[in-house]
Amino acid sequence: MNERFKTALSHRLFWPVAVLVVMLAANTIYRPGFLAVEVNNGHLYGTPIDILRLSAPLILVALGMTLVISTGGIDLSVGSICAISGAIACLHISQAADQNNPVTVFTALAMALGAALALGAWNGVLVSVIGIQPIIATLILMVAGRGLAQLVTEGQIITINSGPYRAIGLGHFLTLPLAIFIALGAALLVAALTRRTALGMIIESVGGNREASRLAGIRSGRMVFLVYVVSAVCAAIAGFMMTANVSSADGNNAGLWVELDAILAVVIGGTSLAGGRFYLSGTILGALIIQTLTTTVYAMNISPQTALLFKAVVVIAVCLIQAPAFRARLARRRRGNPPPSAPTPQRQKEEVTA
Amino acid sequence: MTDTRPVLTMTGISKSFPGVRALHNVDFRLFPGEVHALMGENGAGKSTLIKVLTGVYGIDEGTVTLGDEQVAFSGPMQASAAGVSTVYQEVNLCPNLSVAENIFIGREPRRLGAVRWGEVRRRARQLLARLDLDIDVTAPVASYSLAVQQMVAIARAIDVQARVLILDEPTSSLDAGEVAQLFRIMRQLRDEGIAILFVTHFLDQVYGMADRITVLRNGTLVGEYPTAELPQLALVEKMIGKELDVLERIEEEPRRELAVLEDGTPFVAVSELGRKGAVAPFSLSIHAGEVVGLAGLLGSGRTEVARLFFGADRADRGEVALSGKPTSLRNPVQAIEHGIGFCSENRRAEGIIPDLTVRENMILAMQAARGWLRPIPRRRQDELVQQYIKALSIRPANPDLPVRNLSGGNQQKVLLARWLITEPRLLILDEPTRGIDIGAKAEIQKLVVQLSDGGMAVLFISAELEEVLRLSHKVAVMRDREMVAQLDNDDTVDADRVMQTIASGSQGEEANQ
Repeated sequence: MNERFKTALSHRLFWPVAVLVVMLAANTIYRPGFLAVEVNNGHLYGTPIDILRLSAPLILVALGMTLVISTGGIDLSVGSICAISGAIACLHISQAADQNNPVTVFTALAMALGAALALGAWNGVLVSVIGIQPIIATLILMVAGRGLAQLVTEGQIITINSGPYRAIGLGHFLTLPLAIFIALGAALLVAALTRRTALGMIIESVGGNREASRLAGIRSGRMVFLVYVVSAVCAAIAGFMMTANVSSADGNNAGLWVELDAILAVVIGGTSLAGGRFYLSGTILGALIIQTLTTTVYAMNISPQTALLFKAVVVIAVCLIQAPAFRARLARRRRGNPPPSAPTPQRQKEEVTA
Repeated sequence: MTDTRPVLTMTGISKSFPGVRALHNVDFRLFPGEVHALMGENGAGKSTLIKVLTGVYGIDEGTVTLGDEQVAFSGPMQASAAGVSTVYQEVNLCPNLSVAENIFIGREPRRLGAVRWGEVRRRARQLLARLDLDIDVTAPVASYSLAVQQMVAIARAIDVQARVLILDEPTSSLDAGEVAQLFRIMRQLRDEGIAILFVTHFLDQVYGMADRITVLRNGTLVGEYPTAELPQLALVEKMIGKELDVLERIEEEPRRELAVLEDGTPFVAVSELGRKGAVAPFSLSIHAGEVVGLAGLLGSGRTEVARLFFGADRADRGEVALSGKPTSLRNPVQAIEHGIGFCSENRRAEGIIPDLTVRENMILAMQAARGWLRPIPRRRQDELVQQYIKALSIRPANPDLPVRNLSGGNQQKVLLARWLITEPRLLILDEPTRGIDIGAKAEIQKLVVQLSDGGMAVLFISAELEEVLRLSHKVAVMRDREMVAQLDNDDTVDADRVMQTIASGSQGEEANQ
C-alpha cells in the first residue's frame, strides 16, 4: 500500500467520506442525472443542492448535540425545542398586522431564541446543578416540550404568510439556499468558539474525566450548563428552518425524532457517546450522510414500508465499517488465519501501564 | 519443590501501541510452585506482558504455551477458565455489586439456569474464611476499604482452579498487617503447586517472597535470575540500567535546612479545620520553603487532610489563613487562585484525562486558571511542555500522544508537570511515588527538595515512612482520622518513633504543636 493512501486511510474522516461517496455513486448509477445541478432564475437547483438545504436543520441540531455528547451527556429535548421555538416565532408573526415586516420577524426570532435560552438553562440546571442523569433530565423536556408547543399554538397548526421568515428555509443567497449559509455560519461559529479558544479542550476534559477536571480547577458544572444552552439555541434556529420550509408551525410534528438523527450524526462523525474528544467536521459529514440516505430512499422509490428498515441496515453498516475492531476482524478473516484475539474499542481505550 | 517443566512459557513476545513499543521479543517462563517476581521500572512493560498473557491485548508476535498447549486467550475470562487468574494493580471489581456477586460474577453456580444465590454466598464466605476475612458478603464492595477489596479480588482469582496466579502490584495499597496476611496466602497457594507471578515495586517484598526474578527494561528482557543469586543492588542496577548514578542520588541524604522556618508568617495556617465523617479538627501551618510530611496508615485521614487544604472537599468548621489573611478554601478554583496545587493519589479517577494528549493534560490547570477565553498561545504551550517533558524525563517524549498510552509512572509525572506549570506556592503531593519505579521515585524526591529550596511549600503524603522522613522538615502524624502529633524532623525523630506514635496515638515526649 502506498504511504499517502495509508495516511488517508487512517484519517478519522476517511470512512464517513467514503460512505458518502459510495452513496452518491450508487444513486448516480441508479439515476445518472442524480448529481446534475442546473441554473434556474439565477439559483442553483438539483438533488445535491437539495441534500445540502435539507440537511441544514439537522447539522444545526447535531452541532449542539456534539458538544453535549462530548461532556458525556445527551440532549433528547432538541426536537421539542425546535417545535417550541418554531411555534413562538410563527405565533408572533401570525398575530402581526404586516407579516412581511422585517422588524416583526426579528422580534419573533428574538422571542423564540429567548425561550430557547430559558429551556436550555432548564436542562443545564437539571443536569449540572441538581445532578440528574442527562438522559432523564432532557427526557422531561422532550415529553413536556411537545405539550408546551401545543400550548403556544393552542393545539392548532399556525399558518403564516411571511416572506422574510420563509427566506430562512427557502431563500437564496449567492445562488445557493440561505439555509446552507446559516448552517455553515453556525458551524464556523461553534468551531471558532471551541477551537480558537480553550473551550473545546475544556469541554473534552470535562467529558473525559469530570472529577479530575474539577480538581484541575475547571468549573465543570458551568461548562456542562453552557453546552445545554448552546444545544437549545442551535435547536431553536433549526426550528425556524423547519417551520419556514412549510410556513407553518405544528407543535406535534415539527422536529419530531430529530434528536435521534442528531445523535446518530454525532456518532457517525466519530464522537464517542462516552464523552471526551469531539469532531465537528465529522458531525457535519454524519448529518450529510443521514440526509443523503433519506433522499436516496425517495429517489430509489423504496416503498415507505421498507424505507425505515433500509435506513437501519445502511446505518448499521456505516457504524460497523467505522469500527476499527470490526475492520480488523474482517481483514483477518479474509486472510484466512484465525484471530489470536480480537481487540475491541474498549480495550484500546485502556492505558498501557507497566 | 519446583517442577522441572514450566507451566507457562512465553517466547519472543512483541507488542506495540500507537507511538509506543511496549514489548520487544520478550521471553518469560513460570514453574509450578514458585513465586516469580517480574521487575522493571515504570514503562518497562510489566503490565503489558501480563495483559498480553491474559488476552486483554492481542499479541503482535510470539507464542504463549500453557502446560503442553499453545494458547492465545481472547480475554481475562477465557484465561481464568484455563487457570490463569489475575489480580490487577487497580482493583477492578464492580463497586455496586455485593462481595459474593463480585467473587462469582460470570461463573455463578446455577441450577436449571437460575443462579443459586444461597450457594454463592456460602461459597464466598468459605473462600474469604480461607483468607482470614470475616466480612458481610452481601454488602456492596464499595462499602469496604481498598485493602479489603484487594482481598476480595484475590479470593475471586483463587476460587477458579488456578494454575497460574498473577498479582500485579497487589500490595501497593495494603498496610503492613495486610501485606503479611497476603504473603501467608501466597505461600499457602505456592505450596499447593500454583505458580505465582508477582509484580511489586517494594524490593523487600521481592526478597521476602520471590524464588526467581525476571527483569524487564524498556520493553526488552534483561534476564532471569534466582533471587538468591541476585543481590538487591544488582537488581536495581539491572532495572535502571544506568548503574550507580541514580542509586547514589537515592542513598544521598538530601540536606534539610531547618533554619528559621518557624519564624515569620506561614504561607498557610489552618486552625481547627475539620469535616464531619472525614477528619477531626486539626491545626497545621506550612511555611514557604517548608516540606511538611503527613504520616499514617492507609485510611488514617491523610488524603482527607490534603483535600481540605485544596478545597476539594469543603471544611465544615475551622479557619484558614493564607499569608496571615483569613481566607476560605471552598473549592479547587479558589485554592488554585491562591497558588495551591494538588496531585491526587488516585491518578486514574482524579488525575489524568485519558483521552487528552500529554500536552493538553499538562496545561490543563494553567488553562483553567486563565479561563477558556484566553487560550495559552501554542508557542508558549510547546515551550512549557517541552521544558517539563525534559525536566521530568517523561517517556515517550511525545507531547501529542494520548496520556492513556503512557505508563503509570509517566502519567504521574505528567500530573506533576500540570501543577508545576501553574507555579504554585503550596504543592500538595498525595502519594506521588506510589506504584512507580525506583528511578522515577528518586527523581520525584529530588524534585521535592529542589522545589522547597526554591521557596515552595510542600505537603507531602506517603505510606513510606522513610520517604517522609527523608524529605520533610516537619512530620504530622495521622491516626484514625485525627492528627495526633506534629514532630519537628530533627535527629531525635526516626521511623521507629513515628511508628510508635502511629501505634500508640500519643504525642510522644517531645511533640510540639
